Amino acid sequence: MTVKQLTLPLMAGLFAAGLAPAIAQDLSIGLKSEATSMDPQFHQLSTNIQVAKNIFEALTTQDALQKVTPGLAESWEAVDDTTWRFKLRQGVKFHDGSDFTARDVIYSFCRVPLVENSPSAFTIFTGGIADMQAEDDHTLTITTTATNPLLPVELWSLAVVSATTLGAEDEVTYGPEGTCEGMGDVPQAPAFNSPEVAVGTGPYKLDSYTRGSQVVLTRFDDYWGGTPDWERVVMRPITSDGPRVAALLAGDVDMIESPPIQDIPRIEQAGFKVVDALSNRVIYLHMLQQEDAPGIGGTDGNPLLDPRVRKAISLSINRQAITDRIMGGYAQPAGELLPPPMFGTSGRPVDAYDPERAKELLAEAGYPDGFSITLGTPNDRYINDEQVAQAVAQMLAQIGIQTTVDASTASQFFSRRNALEFPIYMAGWGASSGDMSSPLKSLVATYDADTGMGPTNAGRYSNPEMDTLLVEAMSTIDDAKRDQMLQEAETMVLDDFGIIPLHYEQTVWAMKPELSYEPRVDQYTMATEVERVSE
Amino acid sequence: MIVYLVRRVGQSLLAVMAMAILVFLGVYFIGNPVDVLINPEATQADIIATTERLGLDKPLYQQFGIFIWNALHGDLGTSFVYGRPALEIILDRLPATMELALVALFLSVGIGIPLGVWAGLRPNSIAGRTIMGGSILGFSLPNFWQGMLLILVFAVLLGWLPAGGRGETTEFLGLQVSFLTWDGLTHLILPAINLALFKMSLIIRLARANTREVCLQDYIKFARAKGLSGRRVVLVHVLKNIMIPVVTIIGLELGSMVAFAIVTETVFAWPGMGKLLIDSINLLDRPVIVAYLMLTVLIIVAINLLVDVIYSLLDPRIRLSEMKA
Repeated sequence: MTVKQLTLPLMAGLFAAGLAPAIAQDLSIGLKSEATSMDPQFHQLSTNIQVAKNIFEALTTQDALQKVTPGLAESWEAVDDTTWRFKLRQGVKFHDGSDFTARDVIYSFCRVPLVENSPSAFTIFTGGIADMQAEDDHTLTITTTATNPLLPVELWSLAVVSATTLGAEDEVTYGPEGTCEGMGDVPQAPAFNSPEVAVGTGPYKLDSYTRGSQVVLTRFDDYWGGTPDWERVVMRPITSDGPRVAALLAGDVDMIESPPIQDIPRIEQAGFKVVDALSNRVIYLHMLQQEDAPGIGGTDGNPLLDPRVRKAISLSINRQAITDRIMGGYAQPAGELLPPPMFGTSGRPVDAYDPERAKELLAEAGYPDGFSITLGTPNDRYINDEQVAQAVAQMLAQIGIQTTVDASTASQFFSRRNALEFPIYMAGWGASSGDMSSPLKSLVATYDADTGMGPTNAGRYSNPEMDTLLVEAMSTIDDAKRDQMLQEAETMVLDDFGIIPLHYEQTVWAMKPELSYEPRVDQYTMATEVERVSE
Repeated sequence: MIVYLVRRVGQSLLAVMAMAILVFLGVYFIGNPVDVLINPEATQADIIATTERLGLDKPLYQQFGIFIWNALHGDLGTSFVYGRPALEIILDRLPATMELALVALFLSVGIGIPLGVWAGLRPNSIAGRTIMGGSILGFSLPNFWQGMLLILVFAVLLGWLPAGGRGETTEFLGLQVSFLTWDGLTHLILPAINLALFKMSLIIRLARANTREVCLQDYIKFARAKGLSGRRVVLVHVLKNIMIPVVTIIGLELGSMVAFAIVTETVFAWPGMGKLLIDSINLLDRPVIVAYLMLTVLIIVAINLLVDVIYSLLDPRIRLSEMKA
């Protein structure tokens, strides 16, 4: 966008101004997008989740590296393949003073399918829950319809709301898919804009939510995990990059997420602190692997069906150059679909840059003169996405694949991609579960609407052997075994060059020097984890 | 007068209808909202269910029919993103934009007319030339760039004013306004200046040109000859006669300021309607985009209508000739 581009040169060298003194008890954060509702069960979107996580908690939590740790549940165990028993934390209070019990959990899970007009519902997590029983106030058993080793991971996404505050009856009985009893009159998402309804157990209480302007949180003094750091937290959406950086430099906000990487040196120069970490988002190339493919010229049929051609494409890309020059060092070349050492990664080395070998492979495959192809990419979704695609296009051209970049805005790109309009496209995948099964299931498992496999596999890669292994892994409770199986499944795909990982994005935060933030791989900005540096 | 009004209202309704068709078709072709809204982990079945729930599985003519039918009943659809009526969401944001636009208008008129008249009265003085030179800058510098520069100078370098946002609001006549508190006012100044600069330049030039023209008229010479004070000549005779074109421009520009304060609102993170429109386009929130555009069409049409009426009040000749036509 023009605003963004033209501000950058402007900012050069102009920020020698001193920083405003820290306001001890208040924290204000500039976010790059706005939460659409304060209802933690309304829209499954990172923007909403990162705000809701300050107010509401779940049975489990994920730390900055997406390792599952206890939340409202102190401990849990798998009783058998489909039954889990959770010990709930005692002495936890909601913001309105009521006690947290198993009934609140049952109510919360029951409410998920009853939330109306959700743009992207949380039912993908509750759909597999067959039954929930409270053995006593602080012991809960959950029965799943199929074996689901990821249940504790997924539970992080299901916020716990207060049954009493929302008007449930004394007895709430679980039934799958919205057939619960004793729910009373369930408040809908708009009601949560009021602090009386948006009652959770989290470290901060909702104070006010002004759409488009800000979310104000205040400290919850009776929080079970100790007194939170900040008395008052203001989260402001500042969607344009330039103004967000300006707000930090001007001292309007104490911290911002995702400063444009071109501006980082200037932000550091002005005395601010910048932290970054590898995210769980991999940027990849996917190739349409079916007979009938649009946008390919200079040859008959679809050359991408040949694994040698796909390998040639991978070898032709100088990932180090892309991460160094286009990503300004805020990315890392990727050899897998999830950065190691996350769950299910094998530590596979990054494909070497070898254009000579790539040309040989093309010749072997019967395309000594190459062919022409269209590379689809969004131009406002990932960090410097269009520039990366342009670089990839030039690298492909050097081995004889004449590549035209077709860049469009994200809303158009995803529609066109899902309609299989691109023979090859660049996109990104963030594994919200922090587990290899997420990219495998969505990006490379055989597309099958009936089983829900491969929903984002717009390359239509299909490897039945891998599918079988993946399905087996996804129903294996034993972590060590599952890890092994996922590694094998991933290796099958990558050996086949079914998909080509390019780089892992790094997420960046900039803040006043007296703050500290442990960067999260899931890219969330959570006020609860912003700390003051002790002097 | 009544015939005239009826005819103008009829024309306006036609414009609104045509706009409804254009807007709906345009929005229909810019992509599938479900692809943007749904969590990437959703399965194909979830996607189908969401598509059906949003009514996007129906053919275009049916969707359009439903839209028109509901619109005639005062329902412009439910936002895909917020799950609430689109009109309600827009009206939530309307006060912020109106406040910004009105303050900007006040600034551009309050500063523009005196400067313009001054420059018109003394076209060759240094002050007159400086004012004209300044107005060229106001015209030609891109709006967002002015905005960034204002932020840079007043917020980042000098630290006098905040870089964006709306600040503290208080209730005034049932609306949330920010000009009544100091904090709100400091947040209002920069965006209002940013929005006003272009209009101000326009008004300066218009006022200057008209002043020069009016000053040559016989009635001004006569007024001077009669020995009226310079102040009275300017404040009564000149000012009154330059107002007609100025009112036209103010009317038109107020409409465009309300509807298209988008750039200013984006640069200053001002929580108004323009920012909502941009966000909605990025998320393909069709009902909000359509409702917004329909609402702005209505606002602009209504303001134009009002301007025509004010005209006829200011200048009886217009009224008379329109009645004959």
